[in-house]
Amino acid sequence: MSQLFPRLTDKVLRIALGVVGLMAVTGGGVAAYLLHPEQVDTGYTPKQPIAYSHKLHAGDLGIDCLYCHTSVDKAAFAAVPATETCMNCHDRVKPQHPEIIKIRESYATGNPIPWVKVHKLPDYAYFNHQAHVTAGVSCVSCHGRIDQMIEVKQVEPLSMAWCLNCHRNPAASIRPAELVTKLSWKPDRDPAEIGREIIAAKNIHPPTNCSGCHR
Amino acid sequence: MSSVDPTLVQLSPNSEPRKYWRSLDELANTPKFRDWLHREFPESASELVDDKSRRTMLKLMAASFGLAGLTACRRPEQKILPQSKGIEDYIPGKPQFYATAYTQGGVASGLLVECHDGRPTKIEGNPRHGYSLGSASAFAQASLLNLYDPDRAKYPMKEGVRMKWDDFTVFAQPHFAGLGQGQDLRFLVEPSSSPSLAAVKQHALSKYPGAKWIEYEPLNRDEAIAGAQIAFGQPLEVHHQFEKAEVILSLDFDFLGLDSPTILPVKQFSNARRVESKEDHMSRLYVVEPSYTVTGGMADHRLRSRAADVRTVAAELLKQLGGLTVLNGATTPHGRWIAAAAKDLKAHAGKSLVVAGPRQPAAVHALVALINQQLGNLGQTVTYTKVADGWRPQLEQLKELAADLAAGRVKTLVILGGNPVYTAPTDLALADKFKQVPVSILLSEQDNETAAVVKWALPETHYLETWGDALAADGTPTVQQPMIEPLYEGKSKSELLALLTGYKDKRPYDIVRNQWFASLPGDKEKAWRKALHDGIVESAPKAAPVSATPNAQKVSEAFAALKPAGQGTEVNFFASAGAYDGRFSNNAWMQEAPEPMTKLTWDNAALLSPATAKQLGVESGDLLEIAVGGAKTPMPALIQPGHADNSISISLGYGRTRVGRVGNGVGHNAGAVRTSDAFWFGSGSVAKTGRKYPLSHTQEHFSMEGRPIVREATLEHFHHHPDFAKHAVHVPKLFSLYDEHTYEKGAQWGMVIDLNTCIGCNACVVACQSENNIPVVGKDQVARGREMHWIRLDRYYSNDPNDPQVVTHPMACQQCESAPCEVVCPVAATVHSPEGLNEMAYNRCVGTRYCANNCPYKVRRFNFLEYHKDITEVGKMAHNPDVSVRMRGVMEKCNYCVQRIQEARIAAKADGRRPIRDGEVKTACMQTCPADAIVFGNINDPESRISKLRKQDANYGVLEELNTRPRTTYLAKLRNPNPELA
Amino acid sequence: MADLALQQQLDPVNPPLVLGERDYHGITKDVAQIGEGKTPKQWYIAIGITASITGILGLMLLYLVVNGIGVWGNNSPVGWAWDITNFVFWIGIGHAGTLISAILFLFRQKWRTSINRAAEAMTLFAVACAAIYPLFHTGRPWRAVYWLFPFPNPALDMWQNFRSPLMWDVFAVSTYGTVSALFWFVGLIPDLATLRDRAIANNDKLRSYIFGTLSLGWRGSAKAWKHYELAYMILAGLSTPLVLSVHTIVSFDFATSILPGWHTTIFPPYFVAGAIFSGFAMVMTLMVISRWALNLQHLITMKHLENMNKIMLATGTVVGYAYATEMFIAYYSGNMYERFAFYNRAFGPYWWAYWTMVSCNVLVPQIFWFKKLRLNIPVMFVASLLINVGMWFERFVIIATSLHRDYLPGSWGYFRPTPVDMLTFFGTFGLFLTLFLAFVRFLPMIAISEVKGIMPHGKAHAAHSEVAH
Repeated sequence: MSQLFPRLTDKVLRIALGVVGLMAVTGGGVAAYLLHPEQVDTGYTPKQPIAYSHKLHAGDLGIDCLYCHTSVDKAAFAAVPATETCMNCHDRVKPQHPEIIKIRESYATGNPIPWVKVHKLPDYAYFNHQAHVTAGVSCVSCHGRIDQMIEVKQVEPLSMAWCLNCHRNPAASIRPAELVTKLSWKPDRDPAEIGREIIAAKNIHPPTNCSGCHR
Repeated sequence: MSSVDPTLVQLSPNSEPRKYWRSLDELANTPKFRDWLHREFPESASELVDDKSRRTMLKLMAASFGLAGLTACRRPEQKILPQSKGIEDYIPGKPQFYATAYTQGGVASGLLVECHDGRPTKIEGNPRHGYSLGSASAFAQASLLNLYDPDRAKYPMKEGVRMKWDDFTVFAQPHFAGLGQGQDLRFLVEPSSSPSLAAVKQHALSKYPGAKWIEYEPLNRDEAIAGAQIAFGQPLEVHHQFEKAEVILSLDFDFLGLDSPTILPVKQFSNARRVESKEDHMSRLYVVEPSYTVTGGMADHRLRSRAADVRTVAAELLKQLGGLTVLNGATTPHGRWIAAAAKDLKAHAGKSLVVAGPRQPAAVHALVALINQQLGNLGQTVTYTKVADGWRPQLEQLKELAADLAAGRVKTLVILGGNPVYTAPTDLALADKFKQVPVSILLSEQDNETAAVVKWALPETHYLETWGDALAADGTPTVQQPMIEPLYEGKSKSELLALLTGYKDKRPYDIVRNQWFASLPGDKEKAWRKALHDGIVESAPKAAPVSATPNAQKVSEAFAALKPAGQGTEVNFFASAGAYDGRFSNNAWMQEAPEPMTKLTWDNAALLSPATAKQLGVESGDLLEIAVGGAKTPMPALIQPGHADNSISISLGYGRTRVGRVGNGVGHNAGAVRTSDAFWFGSGSVAKTGRKYPLSHTQEHFSMEGRPIVREATLEHFHHHPDFAKHAVHVPKLFSLYDEHTYEKGAQWGMVIDLNTCIGCNACVVACQSENNIPVVGKDQVARGREMHWIRLDRYYSNDPNDPQVVTHPMACQQCESAPCEVVCPVAATVHSPEGLNEMAYNRCVGTRYCANNCPYKVRRFNFLEYHKDITEVGKMAHNPDVSVRMRGVMEKCNYCVQRIQEARIAAKADGRRPIRDGEVKTACMQTCPADAIVFGNINDPESRISKLRKQDANYGVLEELNTRPRTTYLAKLRNPNPELA
Repeated sequence: MADLALQQQLDPVNPPLVLGERDYHGITKDVAQIGEGKTPKQWYIAIGITASITGILGLMLLYLVVNGIGVWGNNSPVGWAWDITNFVFWIGIGHAGTLISAILFLFRQKWRTSINRAAEAMTLFAVACAAIYPLFHTGRPWRAVYWLFPFPNPALDMWQNFRSPLMWDVFAVSTYGTVSALFWFVGLIPDLATLRDRAIANNDKLRSYIFGTLSLGWRGSAKAWKHYELAYMILAGLSTPLVLSVHTIVSFDFATSILPGWHTTIFPPYFVAGAIFSGFAMVMTLMVISRWALNLQHLITMKHLENMNKIMLATGTVVGYAYATEMFIAYYSGNMYERFAFYNRAFGPYWWAYWTMVSCNVLVPQIFWFKKLRLNIPVMFVASLLINVGMWFERFVIIATSLHRDYLPGSWGYFRPTPVDMLTFFGTFGLFLTLFLAFVRFLPMIAISEVKGIMPHGKAHAAHSEVAH
């Protein structure tokens, strides 16, 4: 009886099978990589309604973070400042600058400035600034060198694994509480060592159980 | 406090944000704002995390689990809206607590209200207030939901047409100017103890000397006051010292439950009942009542008796005590019982107490005054104080009004609060009469039945929205502070009255402040601020007790004049544990809170004893028709073991026709057969309709099946065998297959619940619901066994099925140290914390329900459906932002209010990294428990109250023999029966 | 028909497993023709019906996913009800196939040959039906897939809970499904080749290419046969322990819990016996139908049916024994909760379920002690149906009645199924039958090559022998 398939069919089929298998594996790997917060969330740099530069204010002018984010060491939230706070200086400083005019408008009308949120935690997760800042975790650990950013950008994935990583071995990211807002701080010796001392002194033990963050 | 709050913009994106704040109004109208509202998701989980954003995100997640990738392409942009002008000492996300006052039956309880970012989210008792002492009743707590009731009266309405306040004033001012002496003007008012309202009232009555001021409350204490009138010749308010009393006899008085406007009696009673060591003693309680109340549930000896027969018990008691004989012929079969009680009372003369309930006629109250005098209790456990001048029985006043209306003597009727059309006795037929009045004005929180028949229906502010004041029962002035600006266009009673009568002050704040400011001692501004902070004006004088002796002659006359108990079945009217008198009909929390004895939800029913049911040939769920006089109403039957025979009890507040989406058509209207001469009880008839009516219970089985769940003994037995509870079941040495957690280090949380003082009042259930954003599921879902309450109060009957004793068993997650649920969860969504909590990670839960199946206590609750989807935007304002709102398909349960633990821990760390102090963390249930039956704390700290309680002999764990090692343990239930009756 | 009966009477002790005047070619023809001839109208009608029932299943699942499992009757305390009942029920059905093919193969039970193919197919379809439930009973299947499938998650840095029997289920069931599928397919290869060749012969292009591809270029060379036999043997060896392990592990879902009525060491053997029991019942139901519908009386002989009846009698009795043991142990334990759980089964609100179970599973199979009844087709058909009913109730009794009254009377409840519950279950039958009908239509439902292997040799080449004469 006649040949139904050409001679090579068998070989072709086998190779095809192998290729498909390979593609499935690599595809899965690639997907896993791409969907990881590392890729998904880091680098998020939304356009803000007002071209406010942290580099200028926090960096060059050296205004302390706490000047605006007043509640960072008192509450869960490092409140975004009221327009009033800007006006403390800007009713005198560059009052005619087009961006500043927006601010004064908001101040006059009472309409909030709709800042765009940059650092978004996963749902069901509760983060508390006070707990971290008072323990001696610097802003830089999660937000990066804000003082060098013209536009604020998310630099860390803020994924659960990333949080846990630090909660499991905090030493490297703990510094004297009074230095948390000194983003450029460079200790003269191994920071982890300093961290360990502080951890011992304050007996810091970050929670790694669910309710530490999820309620 | 009344600040422009940005979060509300986010809370209510495209739904009517205009309704909340004038200033928001402006904001919401700017085109720029509207523009981005529609362009973006404005649900911003900004730093002011609100549940809505989370839920929206959940919906997105639900759309597809691959969404994580998609959102990456362009993740929903979220906004942060800081205030334009900062607010002093306001930190976003930090809750603030303010003192205010809740009034029920004209009596104030002090409250402390937790506000998140300008919206009240949780109501607690004010520890400084003598009648709250930190606790709040279920009603007081649930009143929060009335504030956010989407069906409230919102705008002035004229015959059903929406109007502006200006329209009203334009009409009202000339009209009231033209009333002259006010002969044909009537005020029908909810009784209130508010001095500032009284001042405006004085002004009004002086301006219109011809006008009449009628006060009416469907559940009033008039009979008690009238009783004093008989006994002492003057109307007096009676006060009881349940703490001082060693023997108490209650005549149809649910003083632990619905008959007390405040929770103070519970506090006093439980203090006298608490047994913490084998030396301790406890008071003894005798109860005589028709229906089973929580008070009856606590009784050591309970005598079920028709309300009309209570008087004979009282008379017999007086006789036994050697007082005069007022029994006119009538005899009681309970001679032995009464004799024993009398002996017992006598033995504790001066330290005993006999009380009668508001449902009993004045003569019985008068007789009780006589009894207490006989026992030397006057001035000891019973005191009397003056009531406001010009007191007259409300029913009398109301009848008079009805007569005036009928005679057309009323041209202008102003109704301040209340819902007379629904609550007044049917024979007065107020609805039709109101329609005849040329000018009728109603001020009410609810858009209710009365609003349907008046010309002008005006919105009243909720008490959390406006300034006011009220007196505690002992006369302590209690300041009512607003937590939030009026959500709608409401005005307060005094505000409207001031408007109508041209009072000197117009704004509620001025009316209240000027009422007190002058009388304040020392630095007035400072004193005023302190009053606001404490919630009370301490400097004000308390009501002085009146010392008077009852006039036996008058009493026996009055007693002889009592109209005899009628024939036929006795019909009793009670306040309902859910809707009270109807003011909570549209309150989903109260509708779903199970009635303490029957565990009935979303309904009222005709309670009757098994014997009576047999005799009538009815069973639970049969629809009856109840007739009193000419009036009739349908009512489903529900067999209540321990109910008096030949008598039924029906509760008020149901069968509403116009109250809102929650309450409309729920239950049947008992008020339809409540007439002015059968106001509390009267003889009627019961007929079967042959139809059935479904009732939803949260509990279906009331027998303990001989299992050692609630372990109970008499006080005497306890004195000899203090550790009896430990020996109720043999617990061998048990081991776990898995390596076990170690609990040596750090705080280890635990809870002890004292079954001996728990009265089963639902306060903890509502507190938990409010604190933890627990959804309400509705009648149908309850019927399917899907109620979501994290803490449930199991009710068990024991002994004689016709006349049983009851125990209450509060049951929430026991936080087992070796928890069966944890092992079986395939995704590790419920795991153990190093502090001994059994935790739920809601976002990890896939919903296999295996954990619930494997929980021997069945305390896990599953979101079978999306129970939050019907919550309105304004309803969402009641949510606690510190707790997630769970979506469907997620398991949830009690977690010892872990959010409060975290808060306390962070505070303690910030405060020099000290350990958390004992009592610093209070779970919501513990915080509010009126009986202080729940104690939570660190069992690793030997000094903590809880570790002391756990060391007690009476302490035991339920189902310990399963090696679950529950962290929640119980103190055994004790009773103190009279040996003569044992 | 008559002569078939006669032939059986000729050798009552060891009747031939293939009857009638058939030679190899005849067998091939009988089996292959089912798929080749013009599709009969009845088939279209049948699959039309079953497919629409499957449609109902689809709608119900959609409705479930949109609203949550509240559309079912499940509640607290009865967290699992019809969902897991049906899951266990279908998994149980899925047992006979592999048992027949693998174990009977290893035991050299020749009589298996004409039924094993269909039984294996049935296994696969049953597992497919079963798999629906663990997935959908969460109400959010996408989450179940996402979380239950153990893969390293770099964003979370956490794993599933490998202590949970449900996790074990995931592995047990998926493994069983995979191996059964392989086993079935490998067994098919020679026959697929046969179909291919016949297709070429009738130069039916489409069929020849389809079967050509599926038969993986089978040529039937001695070498190929050698490998084939080995592969088949190995797979048989592999799936044998699985037959026992799957339901053992499914039973762990209950046995490892602390619920009275679940927490029982007897469950693994008890469940396996029950599974085989129900599996054979289902095979019987299908075989009786198909041998009648497709006139395969000479291939699926009385001997086959009788043997299956014997097995049902045996397993049914084992199950009955298990019920008795449970009861006794509950009493003997002296544990009040255990005692109550079993008292409640027999005399509680669900007494009717319990007694249905007992009568269907224990009493019904006893009729097979009598040869007359073992050989009576209507009787065995009805019996097989009743047994499946009984086995469904067994699972319901274990799951629902244990849950609805456990430790604290205050939390006791009652379970009532909703229409959605019922229609979903009904729908799974639609799916099952649709798949089976498709299988019968397009694939050789009887292992041609194997049947040939067990033919009495005298008849093997009847045609040629005639020539010889």
